[in-house]
Amino acid sequence: MAGDLKISEPEPQAPRAQHPFREVLQMFVGNRAAVVASVILMLIVLAAVFGPILYPTDPFEMVWAPFTPPGTDGFILGTDYLGRDMLSGLLNGGRVSLTIGLVAALMSVFIGISFGALAGFYRGVVEEVLMRITEFFQVLPTLLFSMVIVALFGASLTVVTIAIGIVSWTAVARITRAEFLRIRELEYVTASRAAGASNMVLMTRVILPNALPPIIVQAALMVGSAILFEAGLAFLGLSDPNVVSWGQIIGSNRTYILDASFTVTIPGLAIFVTVLSISLIGDGLNDALNPKLRRR
Amino acid sequence: MAGQGPDHALAVENLSVAYPLKGRDKSGARRRLLAVDDVSFAIRRGTTLGIVGESGSGKTTAAMAAALDAAALRRARQRVQIIFQDPYSSLNPRLRAAEIVREPMLHAGRTNRAEQDRVIDELFEAVGLRPEQKSLFPHQFSGGQRQRIGIARALSTRPSLIICDEPVSALDVAVQAQILNLLKSLQRQFDLTYLFISHDLGVVQHMCDEVAVMYMGKFMEQAERDSFFAAPRHPYSRALLDAVPTIEAAARPRPPLVDGAIPDLSEPQTGCRFASRCPHAMPRCENEVPLLADATGAAGHHRLACHLADEIGSAASG
Repeated sequence: MAGDLKISEPEPQAPRAQHPFREVLQMFVGNRAAVVASVILMLIVLAAVFGPILYPTDPFEMVWAPFTPPGTDGFILGTDYLGRDMLSGLLNGGRVSLTIGLVAALMSVFIGISFGALAGFYRGVVEEVLMRITEFFQVLPTLLFSMVIVALFGASLTVVTIAIGIVSWTAVARITRAEFLRIRELEYVTASRAAGASNMVLMTRVILPNALPPIIVQAALMVGSAILFEAGLAFLGLSDPNVVSWGQIIGSNRTYILDASFTVTIPGLAIFVTVLSISLIGDGLNDALNPKLRRR
Repeated sequence: MAGQGPDHALAVENLSVAYPLKGRDKSGARRRLLAVDDVSFAIRRGTTLGIVGESGSGKTTAAMAAALDAAALRRARQRVQIIFQDPYSSLNPRLRAAEIVREPMLHAGRTNRAEQDRVIDELFEAVGLRPEQKSLFPHQFSGGQRQRIGIARALSTRPSLIICDEPVSALDVAVQAQILNLLKSLQRQFDLTYLFISHDLGVVQHMCDEVAVMYMGKFMEQAERDSFFAAPRHPYSRALLDAVPTIEAAARPRPPLVDGAIPDLSEPQTGCRFASRCPHAMPRCENEVPLLADATGAAGHHRLACHLADEIGSAASG
């Protein structure tokens, strides 16, 4: 190299290479509420997955006298108005509630990202059309709309999940679009474009990974709201009658709320604790993924 | 529009860029903003053409249009690369430094991994980064180091032409000097041609073999560096040079400031764009667009778009 140049600059010892993911994890672990919530949610998931195997009582079978209070006659959580085992209902119902929550949230994230990404990337007519569709879904009363879907196509688990997914993707679409609008103007996107990246590569490999943090937070929160939504539908008797879910237990026992309040309270607590945990985790993710709160 | 001649790395002829605006004008045609109006230039291999102008003069638009136009041709793409202004937004925060440098090679179809790694190692050394920094993420670098990564990225496909879009204006002065020296040494090392966009005349004087002054989408003056800085002909060029704060200038009586409104580019231009601010404007300047023509009495290559070329030329030498 030419002699008149001095291109080495005095630098501090380089920091160790650290993946952004590790940084997020460190930040998340520092949030005590989020860590506690993660542990609780983990326990709930484990109970829902392995509970029915370890405690194989059929949740629909009438096994004892109705309204047996919790802790008597060997029934840890008592029995409901038909003499069915509450513990078994809770464990089996957890499976259903969590599955619906997860699948519906994934579905709405998928639809939302597709709409938001295309609208934010291509702008113009594409954006106009996609965002008007999004607004159409946004102004529909969600519970009413999903009830119509369930009433039309029958109350099976699949239909209920799809109904929840269809009514709740709009928020993801708007967030994704906003992030795409912001990121597409950044110079590293122009750099990739000038290097020859196709639109598909730009959308999926360049912009989307950088748009993900707020979407992940929203997705986490959506699992909680999907569980609540399913509980609402089941409470109204609009969920699959052949499977137990927490909402369905509450709904079927609601007339006896004054005589045997535990039959409603216990599944209600399960929903409350689960959704609260998910919200706290979402909150922790929000803080961890927000670069402004990160110490550099 | 953009092509390559035998001894030119880039030749741009009659480049115009218009942005569509909302609404229509009186004749019913869509309104548009003519950001770059009929600009032509050619850069000889191994030299640097600097385009100077105020913010919004269209200099970046012209360069990017030339770059992306060339990039549309698959073969030309690898040979034209860009160094960006802002080292903070021009690097993808999710990629490690080595992957950022690798990206253009992937898109250029150079898929031999070992060959890519060799190029990356070589470029890290060439731009003054240490090998262990290859696995770091952009936020772990300083602004100057980030710009070095951006430079390495631009070099990875072995381009012949690099468009430098204000590559140092986001850096502090000490780092600016390092990066400019680096660019100069790389130019010699890799036989590069630069199209150098800047608003800083000092930087342009240091870097460029030829200077083009742009104002409101048009070239006002285009000349070899020494000819330009010795005797700028165009009233706008002089205003630009007078605006550079120097110690001598502080002692001198202040030159007349350029004031007046800038033209509205969404309207068709009938005369010289600088007429509204020009201290020497005459009626002809309002009604007739001056063409870029060889300046009289200049030592080397020196072109000027001004109706008053001769009068001002003699005034400058006198």
